[in-house]
Amino acid sequence: MPNRNIENASRRNFLQGAAGLTLGFYLPAIAAPAAAGKAAPSATPASADTPTFAPNAFLRVGVDNSVTVIAKHLEMGQGSYTGLATILAEELDADWKTVRVEGAPADATRYNNLFWGPAQGTGGSNAMANSWDQLRQAGATGRAMLVSAAARRWKVPAKEITVREGIVSHPPSKRRLHFGELAEAAASEAVPAKVALKDPKDFRLVGKHAPRKDSVDKTNGRAIFTQDIQLPGMRVAVVAHPPRFGATVRGFDAKAARRVKGVTDVVQIPTGVAVLATDTWSAKKGRDALSVDWDESRAFRLGSEEILARYREMAKLPGLVAHKSGDADQAFAAAASIVKAAYDFPYLAHAAMEPMDCVIQLNAQGCEVWNGEQMHTGDQSQLAGIFGLKPEQVKINMLYAGGSFGRRASTDSDYVVEAAQIVKAIGGTAPVKLVWLREDDMRAGYYRPMFHHALEAALDANGKLTGWRHRLVGQSILAGSPFESMMVKDGIDKVSVEGADNLPYAIPNKLVDLHSPPDIKVPVLWWRSVGSSHTAYATEVFLDLVARSAKKDPVALRLELLAGHPRHAGVLKLAAEKSDWATPLKSGAPGSRRGRGVAVHESFSSYVAQVAEVTVAADGSIKVDRVVCAVDCGIAINPDNIRSQVEGAVGFALSAALHGEITLKDGVVVQGNFDGYQLLRIDEMPKVEVHILPSSERPTGIGEPGVPPLAPAVANAIAAATGKYPTRLPFRAEEFRV
Amino acid sequence: MIQINVNGKLRQVDVSPDTPLLWVLRDSLGLTGTKYGCGQALCGVCTVHVDGAPLRACATPVSAVAGRKITTIETADQSRVGKAVQEAWRTLDVVQCGYCQSGQIMNAVALLGRNRKPSDADIDNAMSGALCRCATYVRIRAAIHLAAKSLA
Repeated sequence: MPNRNIENASRRNFLQGAAGLTLGFYLPAIAAPAAAGKAAPSATPASADTPTFAPNAFLRVGVDNSVTVIAKHLEMGQGSYTGLATILAEELDADWKTVRVEGAPADATRYNNLFWGPAQGTGGSNAMANSWDQLRQAGATGRAMLVSAAARRWKVPAKEITVREGIVSHPPSKRRLHFGELAEAAASEAVPAKVALKDPKDFRLVGKHAPRKDSVDKTNGRAIFTQDIQLPGMRVAVVAHPPRFGATVRGFDAKAARRVKGVTDVVQIPTGVAVLATDTWSAKKGRDALSVDWDESRAFRLGSEEILARYREMAKLPGLVAHKSGDADQAFAAAASIVKAAYDFPYLAHAAMEPMDCVIQLNAQGCEVWNGEQMHTGDQSQLAGIFGLKPEQVKINMLYAGGSFGRRASTDSDYVVEAAQIVKAIGGTAPVKLVWLREDDMRAGYYRPMFHHALEAALDANGKLTGWRHRLVGQSILAGSPFESMMVKDGIDKVSVEGADNLPYAIPNKLVDLHSPPDIKVPVLWWRSVGSSHTAYATEVFLDLVARSAKKDPVALRLELLAGHPRHAGVLKLAAEKSDWATPLKSGAPGSRRGRGVAVHESFSSYVAQVAEVTVAADGSIKVDRVVCAVDCGIAINPDNIRSQVEGAVGFALSAALHGEITLKDGVVVQGNFDGYQLLRIDEMPKVEVHILPSSERPTGIGEPGVPPLAPAVANAIAAATGKYPTRLPFRAEEFRV
Repeated sequence: MIQINVNGKLRQVDVSPDTPLLWVLRDSLGLTGTKYGCGQALCGVCTVHVDGAPLRACATPVSAVAGRKITTIETADQSRVGKAVQEAWRTLDVVQCGYCQSGQIMNAVALLGRNRKPSDADIDNAMSGALCRCATYVRIRAAIHLAAKSLA
């Protein structure tokens, strides 16, 4: 996902601008939205009779004491709603029990991601990082205005007033008022030009325990996802996509499909043929009955093995230089010994449990969208183009997403555009819910790209690392996308090489180069941790091999090379200590082999080290018993959510390491459902310990950074157990059979 | 018309008999707490109870459950076990994206209904058909143990 590299330089100016736009608003007609029920959630709050104090775009305080935080970032599981609310509630001194969260509308003038310039969206694990100052400011402003209102009412100096858990008090006179009792008065207070933020030592929510705001609705069936939207007259659309990427519709026979009860329309769209019905099952049956003649003259027809063979050939030739320091050629020419290895990574599907879906309705004002919305501004612009509207006429209701892992942050709005094309094809006569069945979702592409990495290390006579060459081959995610101008420089796609071009280890001569084959026409996309999902494996497994070759302890060698990188070293030391790295691992059942492995990696400005303990059975099957994680993500806003994210990241990454692989045969995707594309199950989940390094640095990401170190830590543990490093993902048991 | 008993109420639905129970619940009856994940009984997110036993609604034709007692996540809190499981899930903040959690909870309730003190191996057996892409498994396991404790 777009990351730290496109941080907005004028962030502070924005904050001031935003404040001027909306502060001091008094909205007597607007109150909290209707309670979650069967009605479709809407971005327009229901009209109500209670006045509300809305000092800025992120906060409303109701006369009923409710505190509503408006979240500009998608909640897709990563805990953003809770984290954003924690920041604001901290500075507001709200009562956490009364805080609720509402998704922001699509409006980049107020809700842009401050690290993405003028665009609104969620990604790059930066929800907390880009909102930290903004929401502290928003909360503190609200608090100051409540305090002014109380001071005016009580005729006392503001500095004698205290605020705690939603109650404003004047201790000398023992008077107190709840937020709700001051809401109306606070709304007419002047917006302070400057507010004081808390000293972190006074935090009551940040760094403590603020339970998730979505736990109740996600445990009683009431949480509303896109899949759950029902609108009057709505049609459900299921689409027949071509069997190969790049194929198009030559013609189709819809007679049988139209005979299916419930089917209302069969329409051609740019991406295939859509069958619309009054309900999902009828739409699916209609599609089953549909016959499409595909024009495959321009279809992509290579298989995974052929693509891999090409990549291995390309790796023999120099690529575009992504990083160069010192003189690697010289170091290799003078080396006493050279270590070499190569690693292969498959295509991976995101396979969110909620397959892609989107609801769109045209109306007199423009169009309204219901979606697990991750790329507001891009989607608004695409839909405006399709319907001939202005972007601001595209109203988006951001719903919970049943996972995303990058998939809903499509660079070309693929499934949102598909839904719009269907609405357009029926002339906007009905609202449409596009539903991708599991097979549609699995086979539609937008995969983590397949990659081949080749590495070489030069060692001198003392076993010291003097040179490092790292060549990567794999498709660019950003070439041809709207992000290209920002994130592809001199032919180097930043997200292809991140984690490799910024290797932290002190090696005097380094060369990293890249091939981005333009002729492989498989749609690719960022997948949780993006480039680091493969670069961390290549670099950390290779460094481990170098340590073993030089007969050095893997932790000791890393620490030796990380002298200039205290945050990497900090998490590495903590993980080593908590995992009893220095103590030999207990042996397992007779015939089994056990090993411990380590890896450390920085992604999205957060640092994570993991130590994995693995048992390899005689038949080569791999069981990860325990993973000890150490994390430095700056100030820990919600420690429990950090633990939760890292636990989940371990499972997500292990799923890929043990099972994850999308393969193509003659251009056709082989896997269609969870029988072919296996996900990790509970019986394969290791014990996970998460240790958070105390920090006073600014908060950084946690949704993704737990993923990259896991597979290399497990691979290094497998090597410790068996003497052999896995070089091809996913791991193959037959390679480790006794 | 097919008559089914959902959450203690008799409902008439006008669908073809091969329609999976899942789509009847979701599209005909508006009970959207039960989710679609795979359509082939491979992921468990659509788990409901039929006569108290867990069943994958996505691969069960509605005609096969006519006249039987169907319970969905929407009324899970009406049993002591269901309440305990939901409470444990909230205490430990198990959920992340939440999409699979109705299914996880229905599977956990069924497990605790027949085994009040499940071992880790019992949990593996009962829950390994319920996929969670966020991999909240550490907490699912802990929450089942916590619920068992609260029911003891």
